[in-house]
Amino acid sequence: MAKLNMVKALNLALLEEMERDNDVLVLGEDVGVDGGVFRVTDDLQRKFGSQRVIDSPLAEAAIIGTAVGMALYGLKPVCEIQFSGFAFQCFHQIENHCARYRMRSQGRFHIPIVIRMPYGGGVRALEHHSESEEQFYAHIPGLKMVIPSGPRTARGLLAAAIRDPDPVIFFEAKALYHAAKEDVPDESEALPIGRAQIAREGDALTLVAYGAMLRVALEAADILQSEDGARVEVIDLLTISPLDRDALVTSVKKTGRAVVVHEAPRSFGPGAEIAASIMDGAFLSLEAPIRRVTAHDVPFVGFAREKANVPDVPRVVAAVRETLAF
Amino acid sequence: MPRITLEPRFQVEYLSVLDSDGNLDTALEPKLSENDLKALYRAMLLGRRLDERMVRLQRQGRVGTFAPIKGQEASQIGSAFTLRPSDWMVPSFRETAAMVWRGWPIDKLLHFFAGRLEGGQPAPDQHDLPITIPVATQLPHAVGLAYAVQYRGDDAVVMAYFGDGATSEGDFHEAMNFAGVWHVPVVFVCQNNQWAISVPLKKQTHSRTIAQKALAYGLPGLQVDGNDVLAVYAAAREAVDRARAGDGPTLIECVTYRLGVHTTADDPTKYRAEEEVRMWEQKDPLTRFRIHLEKRDLLEAGLEQRVDDEIAQAVRRFEAAPPADPLTMFEHAYATPPPGLLAQRDEMAAREHAAPALDGQQPPAPVDATPMRGQRRTRR
Repeated sequence: MAKLNMVKALNLALLEEMERDNDVLVLGEDVGVDGGVFRVTDDLQRKFGSQRVIDSPLAEAAIIGTAVGMALYGLKPVCEIQFSGFAFQCFHQIENHCARYRMRSQGRFHIPIVIRMPYGGGVRALEHHSESEEQFYAHIPGLKMVIPSGPRTARGLLAAAIRDPDPVIFFEAKALYHAAKEDVPDESEALPIGRAQIAREGDALTLVAYGAMLRVALEAADILQSEDGARVEVIDLLTISPLDRDALVTSVKKTGRAVVVHEAPRSFGPGAEIAASIMDGAFLSLEAPIRRVTAHDVPFVGFAREKANVPDVPRVVAAVRETLAF
Repeated sequence: MPRITLEPRFQVEYLSVLDSDGNLDTALEPKLSENDLKALYRAMLLGRRLDERMVRLQRQGRVGTFAPIKGQEASQIGSAFTLRPSDWMVPSFRETAAMVWRGWPIDKLLHFFAGRLEGGQPAPDQHDLPITIPVATQLPHAVGLAYAVQYRGDDAVVMAYFGDGATSEGDFHEAMNFAGVWHVPVVFVCQNNQWAISVPLKKQTHSRTIAQKALAYGLPGLQVDGNDVLAVYAAAREAVDRARAGDGPTLIECVTYRLGVHTTADDPTKYRAEEEVRMWEQKDPLTRFRIHLEKRDLLEAGLEQRVDDEIAQAVRRFEAAPPADPLTMFEHAYATPPPGLLAQRDEMAAREHAAPALDGQQPPAPVDATPMRGQRRTRR
C-alpha cells in the first residue's frame, strides 16, 4: 500500500496501463513536457516518448476527432481536455462520433477512448474552470460517465475506463486533486464501471453523492449521527451513466428516504434521474419525497459567490433533517 | 525596422489534362493502361446510372433522402482509383460513386438510404469509414487514422472527402493543422461543387482558391479540373505517392459542379440559374471521358446495359430483405448492454409480444415481472 493523492493515483493508473498495453496513448494540450496543468500526466512523455504522449496543438475538436480516428484503427487514446468548461468545443465529436460509432457501423468499429476532464468548483477559479456539467454526457446513449471520489477510486476507475471497449467520459474533481492521501494497493486494480459503493452504512436515509460531493455527504452523515443519532447510508455513485439503479433501490428499500447531492444545477440534472429511478424501483418503500441538494439554476456565478451556490455540509444536513421529519 | 517580404512566396497550380472536347494534353497524361481507362469509365458510368436510379427510388418512396452525385463522378473515381484496398477511405455523404468503387455493395448502400443502419456497416476487412453527415467532422478522423498508421509503422494512406462548404468549418482547419504538424499520410480531397445547398462559393470564402488554404498549414495544395478524370487521377496519384513515401499530407481541390439537387429534399431552382447548370452540363465529366475513349476506340459495347443489370439485381436483393427487426436496436449501443438498457429491451419485447397477431389471435400474456415489496396487484 502506498499513500497517494488523487493526482499521483491517476498518474499511476496511466503509467500502469501504458506499460500493460502499447496501444494506449495520451493526447492533449500540455500533457507531455509540462505533464498537464495539474501534473496528472507528469513524466509519462519522458518514459514513453513524444509519439505516445502527444503535446497536441490547441484545438479540442481535433484532439477528440483525431483520437476517434486513432480508436478506429484500434488504438486506445486517453485524451485530456484541460478543463471541462472547454469541452463544448469538442462536444460535437463526443456526441456525433464517440458515442455513435459502434451503432453507426453496427459493431464494425468501436471507440475505446477515455476523455479525462477536471471539473467542479472549490479552487477559486475563473469562468469555465469551475463548472459541473456531467449531465450532458450522462444523457448521451453510447457514452459512459464516471466520476471518482478519491485517490483509490480514481486509480481503479481510470484503469477500468482505459480497458473499457466503449467511450468513457472521466471527470476529475479539482477540489480532490490534492485534498487527501489514501491507501492505494500496490497491485494494479480496476474497479467495475457501472457499480456504486456504499461509503457508509446506515438505515435512516439514503444520501447519494459523487465526486467532490462525497466528502460533503460523509461530513453531513457524521454530524447527523452525532447530533441526531440518525444512521445515514451514504452511496458513492462513482458511475453516473450507466446508473447503478439496483444499489439505489436496494438502499432505499431499507431506509425509506433519500436525498441526492450534486454540484451540477438542479433542473434536468443527475438528481432527477436518480429520484425517478428510486420512484420506479422503491416507490412503496418511500416515506418522504426525495430531496435534491444541488447548485442553483444559474450560469457561473464567480468564486466570490461559489460557496452560496455549491452544496455544503449545512445545506445537506438541513435537507436530511427535513426529509427525516417529513 | 525593415518591412520585408518573407520567403517562400506561394503559388497554386491548376491541372487539367482533357479539355471539354475530350482532347488530351499528352505531356500531362498520367500513365494508365487501357484496362485502367476502361475501369475508370465503367466506375463513373455505374456511379451516374446508380444515382439516376436512386433518385427514382426516392421519388417512389422506396429509399429516403440522399445526396445525389451527378456531375462529380470524375472527382470521386479519379481520386479513389489511386487507393489500394489496404488504404483507408473517409467519405462525407456525397461519395456514392467512390464508395461503390471501393467495394460497398449497392444493395447495402440502398439499405443505408432506406434508414437501416445495417447498410452503414463496412465489411470486416474493408478499410472504409461509414458515411459521416455533420459537415467536416470526419476530417479529424482521417488525420487520427493516419497518425495510427504511422504509429504502427503500417504502409497505408488515408483519403478524406468533403465539399466546398466544409472548408468554412473549424474541423477542416483543425484537421489540416494537425495533419501538417504531425506530418501524417493523409490526402484531403475537396469536391468543390460550387454550391453548399443554396450558398455559392463566393459567399463561402473570399479566397481565390480552396487549394491555397493548404499553404497556411504548410502543406502542398493543388487545384484540378474536377470534371477531368485524368487530371484528378494524376493529382491524386502524386499526393498518394507522396503520403506513402512519408512526405506528408496534400490538399486537392477538385473544381466540379453539382448538376443535380443538394439532396432529394432540395429544389435548386430557388437559388441558381438554369443557364449556369446548362453551362456546366457542357463540361459533363462522363461525356468528356466517353469522347476521349471513343477516339481511342476503348468504349466497350453493351456496357450501359451491363451496368443497369448490375443495379437492377442489387435493387432486387435490397427489396427482398426482411423488415428491420426493432429489437436489434439495443445491440450496438454498448459492447455489453447495461442493465437499464436490457430492461428497456425487455419492455419492447413484451410490447412486440403483446401486439395482436395478424390473424386476430391474442398471443399469451407475458409472464409478470417479480413484484416489488408491497406492490399492489389491484387498482385502489
